[in-house]
Amino acid sequence: MAAKTLTIDGRQVSAEEGATILQAAEEAGAKIPTLCHLDGIYDVGACRLCLVEVAGVPKLLPACTTKVAEGMDVRTDSERIRSYRRINFELLLAERNHICAVCVANGHCELQTLAYSLGVDHVRYDYRFPRWEVDTTHSLFGMDHNRCVLCSRCVRVCWHIEGAGTKNVAGRGAQSRIITDLNMPWKHADSCTSCGKCVQACPTGALFHKGSTVGEMERDRSKLEFIVTAREKGQWIAPD
Amino acid sequence: MTSASVQPPRQSTKSTLDHASGDKRFRILEAHMKKHQFRHDALIEVLHKAQELFGFLESDLLLFVAHKLRLPPSRVYGVATFYHFFTLKPKGEHTCVVCMGTACYVKGADKVLAAVQEHTRIKPGETTPDNQLSLLTARCIGACGIAPAVVYDGAVAPRQTPESALEQLGKWEAK
Amino acid sequence: MTLNDLHLIQARELAGKKKIILRCCMAAGCMSSGSANVKQRLEQAVAEAGLGQEVEVRGVGCLKLCCEGPLVQADPQEVLYIKVTPENAPTIVATLRGEPADLPQTDLNAPFFKRQLSVVLANSGVIDPERIEDYIAAEGYQALHEVLTEATPTEVVETMVRSGLRGRGGAGFSTGIKWGTVAKTPGSRKYVICNADEGDPGAFMDRSVLESDPHSVLEGMAIAAYAVGADQGFIYVRAEYPLAISRLQIAIKQAKQLGVLGSGIFESPFNFSIDIRIGAGAFVCGEETALMASVEGKRGTPRPRPPFPAESGLWGCPTLINNVETLANVPPIYRKGAAWFAGIGTEKSKGTKVFALAGRVKNTGLIEVPMGTTVRTIVEEMGGGATGGGHIKAVQTGGPSGGCIPLPHLDTPVDYESLGRLGSIMGSGGMIVMDDTTHMVDVARFFMEFCMDESCGKCVPCRTGTVQMHHLLCKIMARKATPRDLEKLQELCDMVKHTSLCGLGQTAPNPTLSTLRFFRHEYEALLQPDTFGPHRTADHASLPAAETTLLHLRQTYRARAVEATTRAAAETTTTPTTAK
Repeated sequence: MAAKTLTIDGRQVSAEEGATILQAAEEAGAKIPTLCHLDGIYDVGACRLCLVEVAGVPKLLPACTTKVAEGMDVRTDSERIRSYRRINFELLLAERNHICAVCVANGHCELQTLAYSLGVDHVRYDYRFPRWEVDTTHSLFGMDHNRCVLCSRCVRVCWHIEGAGTKNVAGRGAQSRIITDLNMPWKHADSCTSCGKCVQACPTGALFHKGSTVGEMERDRSKLEFIVTAREKGQWIAPD
Repeated sequence: MTSASVQPPRQSTKSTLDHASGDKRFRILEAHMKKHQFRHDALIEVLHKAQELFGFLESDLLLFVAHKLRLPPSRVYGVATFYHFFTLKPKGEHTCVVCMGTACYVKGADKVLAAVQEHTRIKPGETTPDNQLSLLTARCIGACGIAPAVVYDGAVAPRQTPESALEQLGKWEAK
Repeated sequence: MTLNDLHLIQARELAGKKKIILRCCMAAGCMSSGSANVKQRLEQAVAEAGLGQEVEVRGVGCLKLCCEGPLVQADPQEVLYIKVTPENAPTIVATLRGEPADLPQTDLNAPFFKRQLSVVLANSGVIDPERIEDYIAAEGYQALHEVLTEATPTEVVETMVRSGLRGRGGAGFSTGIKWGTVAKTPGSRKYVICNADEGDPGAFMDRSVLESDPHSVLEGMAIAAYAVGADQGFIYVRAEYPLAISRLQIAIKQAKQLGVLGSGIFESPFNFSIDIRIGAGAFVCGEETALMASVEGKRGTPRPRPPFPAESGLWGCPTLINNVETLANVPPIYRKGAAWFAGIGTEKSKGTKVFALAGRVKNTGLIEVPMGTTVRTIVEEMGGGATGGGHIKAVQTGGPSGGCIPLPHLDTPVDYESLGRLGSIMGSGGMIVMDDTTHMVDVARFFMEFCMDESCGKCVPCRTGTVQMHHLLCKIMARKATPRDLEKLQELCDMVKHTSLCGLGQTAPNPTLSTLRFFRHEYEALLQPDTFGPHRTADHASLPAAETTLLHLRQTYRARAVEATTRAAAETTTTPTTAK
């Protein structure tokens, strides 16, 4: 494949044709914050955290879905982008009930880590405090909609990696929620194979192993990596 | 932690198919799916037909559609809840749809809606406890030239006022 | 089917034409006022008077002055009767024999009619939309014949580029360039989609076109398909328009029977068939990528562009998406030539534009004017000014994606650039007049609520941003907001506009930004003074991390406690809104 040369934050980078800006940036060592992106599954460009400026394009473009082009001049970090990312994050935190102090994923949460790195130390918007259910009917896993950020990573791993299609998004707008089968309690979802990929894919404490208490829900990222690279590496058993 | 209180009872595909075999409407629905060669992209068309036949989309109906079109049930549910036109709850005997488009709004549709709400004591999207009336709002029915418009049982009525709306409701109640 | 057959049908229609035609409006507006009854009674009255040989009662599409419906126009007398009741039918028939009658009628020489220039609506209110022969008599399908037999696809695209037609769906992208892109993209299959998901509240142009002249859209699609190399078309139409759907179904059936759709059209190797896809009530499906997802039977959520539909659209194939009005412009362009079309309108915006005039204005209905006509001409001269002696305050264009044109700017010509400079957009053509009874903050809140409800929920800025903006607007309306809230609102508008995934989110702040620009005083009049002193963001930044976390938690719990008490109080009286 032909290589494309582009500039990311002033540095000359070469990337394979068909690669995304995100991939090119990663190889060049520039860190672009992401939330809905997960290596190995297709991207949807939904969280809008990875928006970057491309010279000559009036709109901001999502790094995860925009393909590199010859001579592209990308800026991944500017005052404007930082400000948008912060507001975006404040909006996310105000949307549902993200109370770190009582969360199973406290300390191991992508949302929390991102908030620290983006310098979000307070939220200026009124918290919405919606009332969402917690589904703990499954024998191994639980789902707390209060902590869901609707990144749809679980939906995508369930359909594209596991092939079960148990999870999907129902409703729309602020009422969107992740469902299992026909919006039934998880244990009644016939199509669920209990593989646990969704739990590994979740960036927050929304999907968790039952029995974990505050701060205990640690995700094993090697398992996640195994999930997404098993096919190409031909691995069928996860390394310990 | 509480367990989820998501309502639909457990449905197994087998029981649904057994149930379906006794109802002629399921056969009509299946014929409709066949016309579309059970293609995945016919899902919305099929749901339209299902709602036309059954009035609303019950969970065993959705399961039937999912099974026949070979789609994951979650996908069918996701589509059915995305579009406002589909309803998962039974509708009342009569429906009253108040258009809340811009033209209707600036001409007083909000007052019409308020009057109907006060009279029926239900909110848009709800049905009266006696199952007589479902109150709905529409985003715009394209009848802006005769605003404010209200749709009573599928018939568009022009230039409505709180009085004319209550009069129509009164006619239904008298029956 | 050959050109000769077309001419035969045309000649037969013209020869069979009766001396007097009573045109009875059968579009949705008049239908809801009972025009079906009126038509039936007119037919009865004509038969009773023994005038069956001379008088034809014809059900036609929109006669434009919707507010005065049901409308009946008598030709060649050129009289337009308004607010016709079934009881008036015998009187109308009697006038045909010269008897005087005192029926309400309107002046066809009024500016509302005289200022119009019909290109898209040329057949509207003239032909019977349920008869293909009527359309053929009005030179229908001749453009398709000419294109198929005398031009190469490249020439067809070139003609479109020369005409200067721009998309009528809102953004105003050059139609010719769009066709050219799809034509150039290689693909084993290509599709043409007609976007008839007219979701803007207050807009009903596309509905009227489909109800009044469905064949012009079909012919436009067929020409477009030939130009880009597609063999399958879809019309995505809203479920809210049952009459338009049924007329389209009839039109497609008739076109297939006559062989102007299907395989080997006009004895050429060109095949084209059209299927209807019925929407299910989602405004976001007017966005092209969401519309394609919906045609594929999925949730109508948009996806990032690029790739554009022209490169990778329906099922990954190159796809052309045009709006109803754009496609209805196509047959006249090929019938009368690109130069004729380019001669109408302004330098950059060619042709005419159909507007749905509604709101607090005397004459509501459908108007078609050349691009460049001023807003004042439309609302004051044609629309007859505000109703009930009020004063026009602003005119809203572009629905929830557009903005307001305030009184001092009424002399703005309607073209893509001029409206864009005012922070509004051409949009699909809804034009809502607002007078001094309308509160502009309430209008902004109304549109924000619309966008909040219609947001698909996929991307964060639109899903959560519209909720917060709506909340702030409600707060302002309830006189509970401070200047700081207004600042926050403005900041959010800017953020949502620039970071949302699709057009819905990117334009959702427009009505708010536009009213903030021209009616800021209405916002400020509702504000309360800041009670907590100046903004403290700067202080927060300098606090050590541990303290800010603590602060955050404290705020959180305090807010939760307040929420819990208010909720408990609310629950005793009403059901909470979050329960739905």
